[in-house]
Amino acid sequence: MRGAAALALGLLLVAPLVPLAVWSVARGWFFPDLLPARLTWEAWSAALSPRSGVPQALALSAGIAAASALLAVLVGLPAARALGMRRFRGSGAVRLALLAPVIVPGIAIVLGLHGLFLRLGLANTVPGVILVHLIPTLPYAVLAMAGTFAGLDPDLEAQARSLGARPAAVLRHVTLPAILPGIVAGGLFAFLVSWAQYALTLVIGGGKVVTLPLLLFSYATSGRNDLTGAIGILYLAPGALALVVSARLLTGRGAGLATMHATMRAKVRA
Amino acid sequence: MRSLRWRGRIIPAAPVRTVPTWVLLTPALVVVLGLFGGGLALGALRSLDADPLPGQMAWSLAAWGRVLGDGGTWASFGLSLWIAGASTLLSVLFGVAVALMLRGAFRGRALASWLVQLNLAVPHLVGAVGILYLLSQSGVLARIAFAAGAIEGPADFPALIWDPWAAGIVLQYVWKEVPFLALVTLAALQGIGRDYEAAARSLGAGPARAFAHVTWPQIRPAVTGGAVIVFAFAFGAYEIPALLGASYPKAMPVLAWERFTDPDLARRPEAMALALLIAALCGALVLAGARGLRLGGVR
Repeated sequence: MRGAAALALGLLLVAPLVPLAVWSVARGWFFPDLLPARLTWEAWSAALSPRSGVPQALALSAGIAAASALLAVLVGLPAARALGMRRFRGSGAVRLALLAPVIVPGIAIVLGLHGLFLRLGLANTVPGVILVHLIPTLPYAVLAMAGTFAGLDPDLEAQARSLGARPAAVLRHVTLPAILPGIVAGGLFAFLVSWAQYALTLVIGGGKVVTLPLLLFSYATSGRNDLTGAIGILYLAPGALALVVSARLLTGRGAGLATMHATMRAKVRA
Repeated sequence: MRSLRWRGRIIPAAPVRTVPTWVLLTPALVVVLGLFGGGLALGALRSLDADPLPGQMAWSLAAWGRVLGDGGTWASFGLSLWIAGASTLLSVLFGVAVALMLRGAFRGRALASWLVQLNLAVPHLVGAVGILYLLSQSGVLARIAFAAGAIEGPADFPALIWDPWAAGIVLQYVWKEVPFLALVTLAALQGIGRDYEAAARSLGAGPARAFAHVTWPQIRPAVTGGAVIVFAFAFGAYEIPALLGASYPKAMPVLAWERFTDPDLARRPEAMALALLIAALCGALVLAGARGLRLGGVR
């Protein structure tokens, strides 16, 4: 009974991904054929050639996500320390302030920002998109890293200081090694959150900054199902990869990034 | 830190200068509140500005009047409420069920929970394209129905994409959010353990009664928190209704984007008003959720 339900669940979970994968190697897959008449790698070789714009979009998405994640970690580290290690009045309000941008939809915020970005010369530019991606990536990075800081014993730093270590040495030899897993997790989260953005990129990029999801959307609405399938699989690859890697790397016991993501989102709901 | 006592001597703690908490919080709060609060404030300002030229301001409530007086706005508002409400309800129901299932031990549990996690890592847009190829009238399900002799052509297959009920949109959200709510619920279930439930069962409560009176009250805050997140996302996401939605009524975010890109610049303040309506609904939800869910301090 439970096995049958689990089987049904598994089938439903992969169901929408199967047509994507089949389309990516299909040629002439028309109604009512259950399977394509011919299999071909054409869509994949098109996706890998610069003429489709896919390699450029892939590199651009990765660059924007990496830059936004790096900024989120750097800007967010001090706040993560305060939230994780200190009790202070108003910490609930700080959490709420960090949570609001995660919950309030991006399109509601970014339409108002567009005019300002235009005036600052940031509209239609990559730096502008990186900056606007901080709205969702920074809260995720802070809250992920705060969890690791909460597990850091402040006495360790004080002991290092009393043994004569300078603040820089304490940071390098005590604090950073202890919170490195949190930095990696926070950075990875921020990368994937930026990777998933659509509306923010659309509005601030103004059609000039074509990241992978924007290209995926435009192929999906132009009827190139084969190329769309290939791009779709390329687009989901980093998340799936992070899942596999993080299951070992971050926890060592198979809990995985997704579980952490879910529990974190639930915990930090404030 | 405390002073140490070592071989009978008291070693004073080194003076550790601590950075004030507000200094630590400043960089993140400046960026988040600047961009988030700034976006909302500028949107509000622009919604009240009848002058399309940048830098010039002509106060006017005309855009709000047009938006609130337009039946199309309320059709879109209703559609987005329906999409978000139906998606959230179904996701909660199935998410909790999946969590209860994954809690037990059975063959294939590891694979099932791995697939649940994999699904969470798939971007929404990929799910939406997959749903499109699966459920459209010439999609995979329609082909299976044709092969089974249930339909005679694509037109016989029910319209689940670009349809007035937004079935494809709701199904996409349910597909993506059931795993999310399942993992949230599972974490809450593991947090409370099974002792209370076992006690209720040994006192004669059936499984349904034990769940309703013992387990559910304990996991409800976590599930409610997850539901708020799902509702706000389904209400405000742009790309999924843009791909799978009908041309009328449009979901609120799609309508806002359409007004924003209207060649007539005088319609831009209407886009800002629509954006604020979306923000207001989701903001109210956050505040309501925060109140109901105990705003915690450190841990």
